[in-house]
Amino acid sequence: MRGGGLRAYALLYLLFLYAPILLLPIFAFNSGTIIAFPLQGLTTQWFEQMWANATLRRALGNSLTIAFSAAVLATCLAIFAARASTRYRFPGKGGALGLIMMPLILPEIIVGLSLLVVLLAVGVRLSILTIIIGHTLICMPYAVAILTTAFSSLDRSLEEAAYDLGETKWSAFRLVILPLVMPGIISAMLMSFTISLDDFIIAFFMGGNEPTLPTYIFSQLRFPKSIPMIMAVGTVLVMMSILLLAIAEYFRRRGAARTGQTSSGGLL
Amino acid sequence: MNARNPMPVAREGGPARDEHGRPTPIETRRVMIECRDVHKYYGDYHALRGIDLTIREAEFFSLLGPSGCGKTTLLRTIAGFEDISSGVVLIDGKDMANVPANVRPTNMVFQSYAIFPHLTVAENVAFGLRRDPRSRAEKAAAVEEALAMVGLRGYGARAAHALSGGQRQRVALARALILKPKVLLLDEPLSALDRKMREQMQVELIKLQRQVGITFVLVTHDQEEALVMSDRIAVMFEGEIAQLSFAEELYTRPASRRVADFIGVMNFLPARVLGDTATGVRVDVPGFGEFEVPAANVSRADAGDKGPSVGFRPEAVTLLTRDAPAPDRETPGVIEEIVYYGDMSYYDVRLDGSARFDGQGHPIRISMRNVFGRDLPDLGTRTRVSWSPGSVILFR
Amino acid sequence: MATANGSEAAQGLRMIAPPLVYAILMLAIPLLTILTYSFLTDGYQTIIREFTLENYRAVWGDPIFRTLMLRSLFVAGLVTLVTVVLAFPVAYFLSFVVAPRHKAVWIFLITIPFWTSYLIRVFLWKVILGYNGVINSGLKSLGIIEQPLSFLLYNTGSIVVTLAHAYAPFAILPIYVALEKIDRSLLEAGRDLGESRLMTFWRVTLPLAMPGVLAAVLIVFIPTIGDYVTPTLIGGGKIPMVANLIQAQMLDIDNKPLGSAIAVTAMAIVGVLALVFLFLNRRFLKVRQ
Repeated sequence: MRGGGLRAYALLYLLFLYAPILLLPIFAFNSGTIIAFPLQGLTTQWFEQMWANATLRRALGNSLTIAFSAAVLATCLAIFAARASTRYRFPGKGGALGLIMMPLILPEIIVGLSLLVVLLAVGVRLSILTIIIGHTLICMPYAVAILTTAFSSLDRSLEEAAYDLGETKWSAFRLVILPLVMPGIISAMLMSFTISLDDFIIAFFMGGNEPTLPTYIFSQLRFPKSIPMIMAVGTVLVMMSILLLAIAEYFRRRGAARTGQTSSGGLL
Repeated sequence: MNARNPMPVAREGGPARDEHGRPTPIETRRVMIECRDVHKYYGDYHALRGIDLTIREAEFFSLLGPSGCGKTTLLRTIAGFEDISSGVVLIDGKDMANVPANVRPTNMVFQSYAIFPHLTVAENVAFGLRRDPRSRAEKAAAVEEALAMVGLRGYGARAAHALSGGQRQRVALARALILKPKVLLLDEPLSALDRKMREQMQVELIKLQRQVGITFVLVTHDQEEALVMSDRIAVMFEGEIAQLSFAEELYTRPASRRVADFIGVMNFLPARVLGDTATGVRVDVPGFGEFEVPAANVSRADAGDKGPSVGFRPEAVTLLTRDAPAPDRETPGVIEEIVYYGDMSYYDVRLDGSARFDGQGHPIRISMRNVFGRDLPDLGTRTRVSWSPGSVILFR
Repeated sequence: MATANGSEAAQGLRMIAPPLVYAILMLAIPLLTILTYSFLTDGYQTIIREFTLENYRAVWGDPIFRTLMLRSLFVAGLVTLVTVVLAFPVAYFLSFVVAPRHKAVWIFLITIPFWTSYLIRVFLWKVILGYNGVINSGLKSLGIIEQPLSFLLYNTGSIVVTLAHAYAPFAILPIYVALEKIDRSLLEAGRDLGESRLMTFWRVTLPLAMPGVLAAVLIVFIPTIGDYVTPTLIGGGKIPMVANLIQAQMLDIDNKPLGSAIAVTAMAIVGVLALVFLFLNRRFLKVRQ
């Protein structure tokens, strides 16, 4: 086989990438109270403990509310940005898109803290809402990136053809563009949802007293007693992320297949 | 090249006909599209520079020119996709100034065909019927009829993205024609097809146009395609129409050296103008000597800094085989190059005395059909070239 | 549809307005506020509106800031180097060895870990490297070591490993994209012109992959320099980086002008470095054309 050495290296690299994730379920089902080898016995008590934890349920509820809202908001805003970027020429386009994409390259702590300072200065009370505002901001560039790809792979004459065949601009958009970019919209939403669900920094600084899953996990990491349960939570979280990603990838490929392109490249 | 066999096809609609059922001459038909002094600017770029033209009912009209000459822009202004900066566009007598593309009586076949990939073939064809008040069944029948017309009967349920290039083209045609537009606009519709498919579609498009009797306006950069398909052709350079005439006239009497150079192969030789006569212009051409170019063959366009020249098509001159009598005039020369194409060959011949003006030899290109079983002349042999002043055009 | 240029610009501006207004309100104004704060004076519990450069003088004169900034730069530089060097062979493998129909699967596999909870991944490295962690307990239970290795956790090395893991896909993908763009006949030409495989790689592949490598450098370096979670968890608070300092000044000590000045200074340093990288990238791109 060609590139045998490289293949072995790549597999080792994958092992390095997956090592932490593979450890999660191992210790989530381990009956030992400390995270160490040798393994003790098989148990589901950490999952039971997880379900019984009221704070955790509240954090989960908050996280889902925030992730859903941020995903919808970020994707809606991103549709406008992606459409403007692929379809129109206008003065200041580079700057405008640069600002929208900026959270990608700014340290999140600076984005979060500066937003926090302003919100506090104008007297906004920290709550789930402030987390949603922050998450929308950091999810938007990812959604724009996905949707720009979706919009730019569209042949511009499709829209003109619909218009030529008697539709209005809006109905041409609704009947032709929207169905064709729908897979992109769905994968942008799922991606934003995943990012929001995983985000710690903004939730930590802008959430006031409202816990989200990551901030709750962070608070429990200090207590060795809670660690096995956190492993169970982590297992569930990782499973959820992978599921969402698989769905997002499915829609992305279906979108590509629909417009007759070969799909390559990944989620980034 | 531009010979066309009229094919017996079913007719519906179309132009007025004389008592023998033949369409009336184009010049006498109703005007379908009229452009008056149309200008288009993109910022500082002057894309259309005063376009004047009339396209008539049931005409197959082509806009021909190199890329960037404005032909697609002109087509898109007729369709309503581009606003014009000044001038007037009339379709069927109505000013189109404030008529957007979606209500104009035109439909377009796009270069990429723009088949909606998320719809089936039938849904694509029925796309424009959404606001049509007819019943579902009537619409389905209309779709099936349109598909049959383009040779896609029974393809309705197929997914659009699974079609071949030629099939997409047909769907695009059916989708536009089902709306019975007054004008069908075609933007380089054949450029994405391979050669064989392209030639087949050319013939089919001609037949289809005769059948439906709608005005077709075709944009193409392929002069052969334009000659094959069109009644009349407008050749465009740099946003202006350089010549607008019937296909045959365009080929035989190009209005300028540039048009002549763009359409087909043309031999050019430097010429010295000796003077006008009652019937034409006397010229002196190296290799050919002194002769008179008939007045109808004198191009009035400015020859530019190249000075006066004469031009003639490769098939307008012939190599004389051995002792055949010369029909009109003959000039001796040497065969310098032979390019074999199977059905025909090109011969590059250096005429005796061709370097008389400028010291440079000007070999001329002659095309001859290859006759099966007859030997080709050899490279380097002396030969005689037969020609006639009537097939020579003067650019002065 | 397409109309005159002026109205296309108007339509475009109208189209981009919603996300742009959002980004201005939630990003541009806050960043400008931080910038403004950094020139104001801190009064206890309030901010005195008085222009001063004192904060910047304090920042540059502060040995803690210098230590943390240098440490952040050093850690980010090391992480970038390790990540890119480790990632390059994987990108090369993806582009040149993996069969085209398997590429999407490989890329999917590589990106999945990136999308799983960052916090948990970072924490798991603590579990792996910790005093009673997976490595130590594993080695001990195998009888290889008697006492746990204490050098694994709470040091720069553990931070580097954790961050290199976190940013792996960021490094692999741009390099992979650059390698994919290389016309394969160029490599055959290199071989045809008498170069060995290794020299062809050195003289053809690597220069052409350079824009991807520089993009990877940029894309790993910038976020790592501002990372907050890893120093907190892995460093055990013993190895704070500049993000921790900003957080402490802004919130814990509540000296917003000084915190702002630190943030602005850090951003300026990162910005200058990014510009240098971009300049290098442009030079490489120019060579290609």
